[in-house]
Amino acid sequence: MINLEFIINTLSLGSLYAMLALGLVIVYGILNLVNFAYGELIMVGGYVMFLLTAFSPLPWLVVGILAIGAGMLASLFTELVAFRPVREKSLTAMLVTSFAISTLLQNAALLIISPRARAVTLPEIFQTSVMIAGTSVPWRNILTIVTCVVTLTLLTLLLRHTVLGIALRAAADNFKMTRLLGVPANTVISTAFAISGIMAGIVSIFWIGRSSSVTPTIGAPPLLVAFVACVIGGMRNLTGAVVGGFVYAIIISLLGVILPPGLVEFREAFMFVIVIIILLFRPEGLIRSKTSVERVG
Amino acid sequence: MKLAARLKSLNTPLTLVAGILIIALFTQLAGISLLTRIVTVMFVSLMVVLGLQLYMGNSGILNFAHVGFMGIGAYTAVLLSMTPQAKLLTNSGLYPVLAPLHLPFLPSILIGALVAAALAAIIGYPLMRLSDAAAVITSFAVLVIINVVMLHWDPVTNGPRTLFGVDYRTTLWMSVIFAMFTIVAVYLFKESRVGLRLRASRDDRYAAASIGINMMVMRWLAFVASAFVAGMGGGLWAHFITSFSPYSFYLSETFVVLAMLVIGGPSSVSGAVVGTLVVTATREALRAIENQINILQIFPQGFFGFTEVVLSIVLILILVYRPTGIMGNHELHWPRLRRKTDVVELNEPKA
Repeated sequence: MINLEFIINTLSLGSLYAMLALGLVIVYGILNLVNFAYGELIMVGGYVMFLLTAFSPLPWLVVGILAIGAGMLASLFTELVAFRPVREKSLTAMLVTSFAISTLLQNAALLIISPRARAVTLPEIFQTSVMIAGTSVPWRNILTIVTCVVTLTLLTLLLRHTVLGIALRAAADNFKMTRLLGVPANTVISTAFAISGIMAGIVSIFWIGRSSSVTPTIGAPPLLVAFVACVIGGMRNLTGAVVGGFVYAIIISLLGVILPPGLVEFREAFMFVIVIIILLFRPEGLIRSKTSVERVG
Repeated sequence: MKLAARLKSLNTPLTLVAGILIIALFTQLAGISLLTRIVTVMFVSLMVVLGLQLYMGNSGILNFAHVGFMGIGAYTAVLLSMTPQAKLLTNSGLYPVLAPLHLPFLPSILIGALVAAALAAIIGYPLMRLSDAAAVITSFAVLVIINVVMLHWDPVTNGPRTLFGVDYRTTLWMSVIFAMFTIVAVYLFKESRVGLRLRASRDDRYAAASIGINMMVMRWLAFVASAFVAGMGGGLWAHFITSFSPYSFYLSETFVVLAMLVIGGPSSVSGAVVGTLVVTATREALRAIENQINILQIFPQGFFGFTEVVLSIVLILILVYRPTGIMGNHELHWPRLRRKTDVVELNEPKA
């Protein structure tokens, strides 16, 4: 069962999940906020693609870029309108806010567009396959892997070699200290949300590439994946998020092979049991970070 | 003298119970069936929200799993109270062991609540040591796990399909009685030793630990009690709605229950009551508008989601401008019974 096809599929799934997890962790690292509205950013990207492909003659590459831009703008907007005012109050207030935004965006899509699924026309390349060493591999999967490599490289360059990136990493380690050193909090947080939104936008292209349609509730499954991947990798660590994404893909693919047929449909439940176990025994995830205060005993 | 003192200490719950009774009487006298339905559901929701307040309000930890326990209570109660024929009619693949079980209504929902509490006791024991974000993610994970199991355990829950044929048992007065008892119980819990210790640990976990409070045990007790109340609420709800599916106990229901508690004020029992009343009234008004617009066909593709959009905006506004909810940290009091000098309020946190 574990052949080239399995490996490429798992790698492509892992790439997708890694990008997904990165977008969630980059905000969590700074604000301690588990952003429940993250999945809805993917939905926003999806609807922008639907609207542009259905009602405009724009070439596909432009549509894709605009979808990513929409994800970023939506993310920045939620930060500005909702998270900024409650940021100083309490963690619970922030979490409930993100849950409220998630509901808000979902139902806004329901209200403005339609409760029914909308088909998104994707370019040829998403449907065709190529033969590699005797197995047929969908182009989509190769594209996912390439995009992930490019995105991660760009992000690494940004984080390591620009002032903003260094400030962001410093803030993820110790936000209070970073602010004391004169880094403006709002800039750092906005940047984190922008990157998070860009990630969601990129993921939306490939996520919707799998189903070719978009619904108001499309954000829930990727959100759950991102949660698990982040916890596996370590919530405070960007490298951890990437590792977590790949580990998630490997575990879920293997569970699909190993579990007896009657239990395969429970595999999400198994994933979340793993999450609980990791949080209990190794709350810092696979990749250790500086400090962890979540556990009290 | 003793009686007076006792009454005084029960001032808040009695005031709230009086409010509930007035609403129930009014509904009874009005005799409008739609209003009766709305108010009955409101009292059942009130129970679930009070259960959430019991844990969240006293421990300060956001809990997403609550509605999952409501689902467990609902399914357990229904599997006990339905007749064997009705069970096999709605779910022909039911485990043969479960079919002949048949109990009256009250024992059924009591057992449903006990099963929810027992599961919470097992799941909750290791989870109580987690705080902050980790606690939130794990509670969310518990909700997802419960939901996945309910969706796919066909021989028990009928899978994602609707389970129908439940007897209608939860009348207006049945829900009133349960809501009244829950108010008193949740209030007494808050003022009990366990409640007080738990609130101390919420306000400062290190200070509380330093005076010998075992925070994990306190949290665990509250978590189990809260699941018990949720399970009972679920059983009541199931016997009101009479047909339901696992989708009834997932994110949208969680949102409503959380909105009720947070808008009202999570740290007081009065907050839970006020929040449930306010949110129910708002939702029903909005839903009436939504339906009217759909009937008039102003929008060709339908007009859905308006209620939730407005409700989530209200929730965000509350969190921005009054993060402690409508009631803040205060409880309602019946004004006459309270002299100016007698109670020095135990200060609750400003957070």
